[in-house]
Amino acid sequence: MSILIDEKTPIIVQGITGEKGTFHAKEMIECGSKVVGGVTPGKGGTTHLGLPVFNTVKDAVRATGAEASITFVAPAFAADAIMEAADAGIRLVCSITDGIPAQDMMRVKRYLMRYPKERRTMLVGPNCAGIISPGKSMLGIMPSNIYMRGNVGIISRSGTLGYEAASQMKALGIGITTSVGIGGDPINGSSFADHLVLFEQDPETVAVLMIGEIGGAQEAEAAEWIQKNMTKPVVGFVAGLTAPKGRRMGHAGAIISAVGDSAAEKTEIMRSFGLTVAPSPGEFGTTMASVLEAAKPQRMSA
Amino acid sequence: MDIHEYQAKELLHKFGVAIQPGFMASSADQAVYVATQLGGWHWAVKAQIHAGGRGKAGGVKLCKTYNEVRRAAEEMLNKRLVTVQTGPEGKPVQRIYVEVADPFETELYLGFVLDRKAERVRVIASKHGGMEIEEIVASDPNAITQILVEPAVGLQAFQAREIAFELGLNIKQVARAVATILGAYRAFRDCDATMLEINPLVVTKDDRVIALDAKMSFDDNALFRRPLVSAMFDPAQSDPREAQAAEHNLNYIGLEGEIGCIVNGAGLAMATMDMIKHAGGQPANFLDVGGGASPERVATAFRLVLSDPNVKSVLVNIFAGINRCDWVAEGVVKACKETNINVPLIVRLAGTNVEAGRKIIAESGIAIISADTLTEAAEKAVAACGNVHKLTTTH
Repeated sequence: MSILIDEKTPIIVQGITGEKGTFHAKEMIECGSKVVGGVTPGKGGTTHLGLPVFNTVKDAVRATGAEASITFVAPAFAADAIMEAADAGIRLVCSITDGIPAQDMMRVKRYLMRYPKERRTMLVGPNCAGIISPGKSMLGIMPSNIYMRGNVGIISRSGTLGYEAASQMKALGIGITTSVGIGGDPINGSSFADHLVLFEQDPETVAVLMIGEIGGAQEAEAAEWIQKNMTKPVVGFVAGLTAPKGRRMGHAGAIISAVGDSAAEKTEIMRSFGLTVAPSPGEFGTTMASVLEAAKPQRMSA
Repeated sequence: MDIHEYQAKELLHKFGVAIQPGFMASSADQAVYVATQLGGWHWAVKAQIHAGGRGKAGGVKLCKTYNEVRRAAEEMLNKRLVTVQTGPEGKPVQRIYVEVADPFETELYLGFVLDRKAERVRVIASKHGGMEIEEIVASDPNAITQILVEPAVGLQAFQAREIAFELGLNIKQVARAVATILGAYRAFRDCDATMLEINPLVVTKDDRVIALDAKMSFDDNALFRRPLVSAMFDPAQSDPREAQAAEHNLNYIGLEGEIGCIVNGAGLAMATMDMIKHAGGQPANFLDVGGGASPERVATAFRLVLSDPNVKSVLVNIFAGINRCDWVAEGVVKACKETNINVPLIVRLAGTNVEAGRKIIAESGIAIISADTLTEAAEKAVAACGNVHKLTTTH
């Protein structure tokens, strides 16, 4: 099993006819993703990459039964694209776009709450690398060759740091059930905790690596949730130990502006809630290996 | 993006927030002229920099004569003002604000912030104005009123009234405070601000409610739709290297260490800096070359990092996703040939087209130290930096 997506998940690409949409739609298809169509307003009725293109997400859902969508839409129109997908009944939306205004995201989050929980859309991102369940499906922009199928889940705010972790683990023979990039913006669609719940429920996932960074309280909230609810071991890391206060480190959300925002504080909170913390970003793989080793006898006796 | 006090006040004024009459000046002559035009008996001359703590650092002067205005302007202009918030190098004062100074009765605090945890705009108010909000929290946490704004409908008048009554104002003052709070909220919302602080918000004897100081920051991601806000950008207030980087759409932040970093991805860039520290070194900068790093962008990044005289070695760490390693390698080689790199260069490539990238580096004939992993790269960069130390001390 995997979380969020597998080879059966029907996917549409919002912005499929654009340069980025085209490139990544091809990559996704090559990776095994079941891409069933795309949306570009004004190009409905045409085909692109051999797939039907629709004017609206509603049309696409009606015709293809799409359940997931990935949006390659410019920042000014990205919030609109996400809300359109949610309103059309798309269950999972992945927004790659970097640069969406924070107030737009505030409205998007409020908008998603309009729907009852059982049909509420899960938003991954924005400003993220997306989701990959290696060997099954990719709803993202990652280099799929660095991922190996296995039984560890990854949740990361940063895209490239997620790649780094996956390749370190692959070098040690550790594979991935699903890797989720939740994005570097101050307001995310979904949090560490949202995905930890899914990994906890997923029978194939035996351990989770969560990679945070400076700014916000998400890592601390997740750590607290882990101690209360999670039976599987979690390895944590927070990037940005050397980041100066009050400076935005690339990601819109990576800024130390309040108490509890720094990497040192969040690392300490992770430790206090019982997470194993990777001592450096060069040791994601080795730390996970030792955690898996320690968990082994327990699993056999269970 | 930050703006100056006078810009924030002009903006707030357009949204119905009362301010004292005042103008910006960039010379002593202008300052005196402004004072004569404003009229009145007392003027405040205030250094315009993107940092707080000006009062205690001599950046705000109360003047009673035109001569005092001239002297205050001469003392402030074209110098660097160091406050508790600027760091030791301070910020350049190229503009001052001259405003009419009237007596007031009470100082209040009014702030708006985009609260990322609540995913709402948070309004914060206190009857203890004139000091930093952190100090208020520490000294009298009960004297703070907070309200979250429902994004679907915005701040409501009743919420503004609740705040105003909490502040202990009389009914006449409440009406004016409500106009101020609602106006400031509209300015925050309509200009895509992330922070707005009116501190102090003062109440005069004749029941006027006036924004005496104002600070605003804006969402960089929203500047595309706020041309009036982006026109207020003052490049003199940021580090020249950072301003140069921004022109090339590169994310650069100067630090105090010795190892220059060129990395793709903000998270990996932070992690690379952490790794350098873990290996016993100090990063000289944060630099994210971004997803689609072309050879030209990489070359620009090199020039930027090498313009820092403290840099004793350079670490390039690229994990190519959308990026391709061969592209990055071409950029590295191009930059090496164009700029005279006289410090050790460590390159770590991984991801898409890594073999082709490594080949380009190996065949370039340039002395590049290659590394396969993040750990190895950081260790080699720190070691190379140490070698430079040895070289400079023996010569």
